[in-house]
Amino acid sequence: MKKLDYKGYYFIAPFFAIFLTFNLYPVLLTFYYTFTHYEGYGEPQFLGLDNYVRILTDSYFLEAFINTWQIWGLNFALQLGIALFLAALFSDLRINIKGLGFFRAIFYLPNLITISSVAILFNIMLDWHYGSVNQFLLKLGIISEPINWLNQPFTAQASVALILTWMWFGYTFIVLMAGVAGISKEYYEAALIDGANRWQTFIYITLPLLKPIMLYIMITSLIGGLQLFDLPMLLTDGLGSPDGSLNTMVLYLYNQAFRYGNYGYAATIAYMLFLITVIFSGITFKSMYREAKVTKKRGNK
Amino acid sequence: MQNKRRPTKTIIYLLLILLAIISSVPFYMMIINATRDTKDIITGFTFVPGSSLIDNYNTMMGYVNIWNGFKNSLIVAVSVTVLSGYFSALTAFGFAVYNFKGKNQLFLFMLLMMMVPGQLGLIGFYELNKTLGLLDTFIPLIVPTIASPFVVFFVRQYLATTLHSSLLEAARMDGASEMKIFHTIAFPIMMPAVATMSIFTFIGSWNNYILPLVILFSPEKYTLPVLMGFLKGSQVAQNLGSMYLGIAISVVPIMIAFLFFSKYIITSIGAGSVKG
Repeated sequence: MKKLDYKGYYFIAPFFAIFLTFNLYPVLLTFYYTFTHYEGYGEPQFLGLDNYVRILTDSYFLEAFINTWQIWGLNFALQLGIALFLAALFSDLRINIKGLGFFRAIFYLPNLITISSVAILFNIMLDWHYGSVNQFLLKLGIISEPINWLNQPFTAQASVALILTWMWFGYTFIVLMAGVAGISKEYYEAALIDGANRWQTFIYITLPLLKPIMLYIMITSLIGGLQLFDLPMLLTDGLGSPDGSLNTMVLYLYNQAFRYGNYGYAATIAYMLFLITVIFSGITFKSMYREAKVTKKRGNK
Repeated sequence: MQNKRRPTKTIIYLLLILLAIISSVPFYMMIINATRDTKDIITGFTFVPGSSLIDNYNTMMGYVNIWNGFKNSLIVAVSVTVLSGYFSALTAFGFAVYNFKGKNQLFLFMLLMMMVPGQLGLIGFYELNKTLGLLDTFIPLIVPTIASPFVVFFVRQYLATTLHSSLLEAARMDGASEMKIFHTIAFPIMMPAVATMSIFTFIGSWNNYILPLVILFSPEKYTLPVLMGFLKGSQVAQNLGSMYLGIAISVVPIMIAFLFFSKYIITSIGAGSVKG
């Protein structure tokens, strides 16, 4: 046991001073607001659990919850599908695809760009009559008349999901490839000798061994996805148009606080969001973990 | 065998190239449209640049000084990167080198708070800064990043494997103070880890939207992402060429930086996720 040395406190003191002031205190203050009616001036009025009762019966919050899931779900399925497909291609010994570095960089590029700029870029590119997307699709003959992307609930949500996929599949691919790099080449060589085809190699070797990393991808994507704000805020009017379909939980929180001045209720939304994030991360972790254990057992037999 | 595989391989390459085009074409369109006037853009789309770049620039600058937003973003992002890098190294050093009461509990507490999403305390953060009179200043965007748990965690893990206590003992024998040891011996050792985190800190700050949106009110203080939103709501939005140009100016610097750092950034993402 090393002897105690108080000097360590000096080094960590600035961190904790700032941390307690700007991080912990605001979190606790927000928690206090969840029990109050507060409009940003005067004294917060104590309400007890009224905000919590309200949020459980608030159809707008339910709508925001469902919207967020729909957008995230569609995006995640597409993003992971593309990334897994790419990882399968690049890990296949038989075809030996070249240019991994180049493709990785190009696929990752959209992820780096400021989301608010991306949102505004697509806001004008998805314009009904004058947007480049419709002009392009018309020219290719894929569609016969322009689609009003951002004016119908389904296409608006699909647009957001597709933009998210476009931004994130490269990142997911890079992370998956880091996992693939950690898989011993011997597995693939053995599979090759045993005459396993491409599909079997992927299903029985790559996929099970990538489970831990897929868990990481899923949880980080879920946490980020539940906080979706920049795109819906800037893609349409910032109020969730069309027809409330882009009203996500954080957008609802922002509007309640900074547009309508309902700080107490907005604080409650923040805590509900946190609770939802913790619950679903826990479920994801547990189910993936259990699956991983089952596979491992099967493998031992 | 070879002949049978060749068509598959060609299809795969075509597919990859198609994906690469999808990833980059919106940026290409953005740059092309930045050089065309609204009438041109409305009538159809082309891959050939137009001749209205200077007109578009003048129209945009007539409403919004984008370089001012650029400057604000740069001030905030550079300050954030420097402060979070320096203080995270300091904190990581304190945790890695010294043994003090409550050390493990404090470290665990820090890790737990790392899991809490930023939006949770947003309302309280706004109110706190209102009370302190810090709204509409850069301070709430910069100073809180002195406490960056993830960077501390990353640097500390790095330090655990690279810093040997014999090195510290030798310096102490020579009569160096603890602060001097940190600055002259430990900090250079931590530099690679700090630099890796700095890239992500910088990009994160540069792209941050909700926090400056809530904190800043005066257009002349807006950072680029907030200025972009402001541009969309202003009269410039009528002029599509100017809009595209504004977006391009906000995006191109990051693209250029990426050209230089892409290999570094991509390896770091991979490394971070495998460890995490």
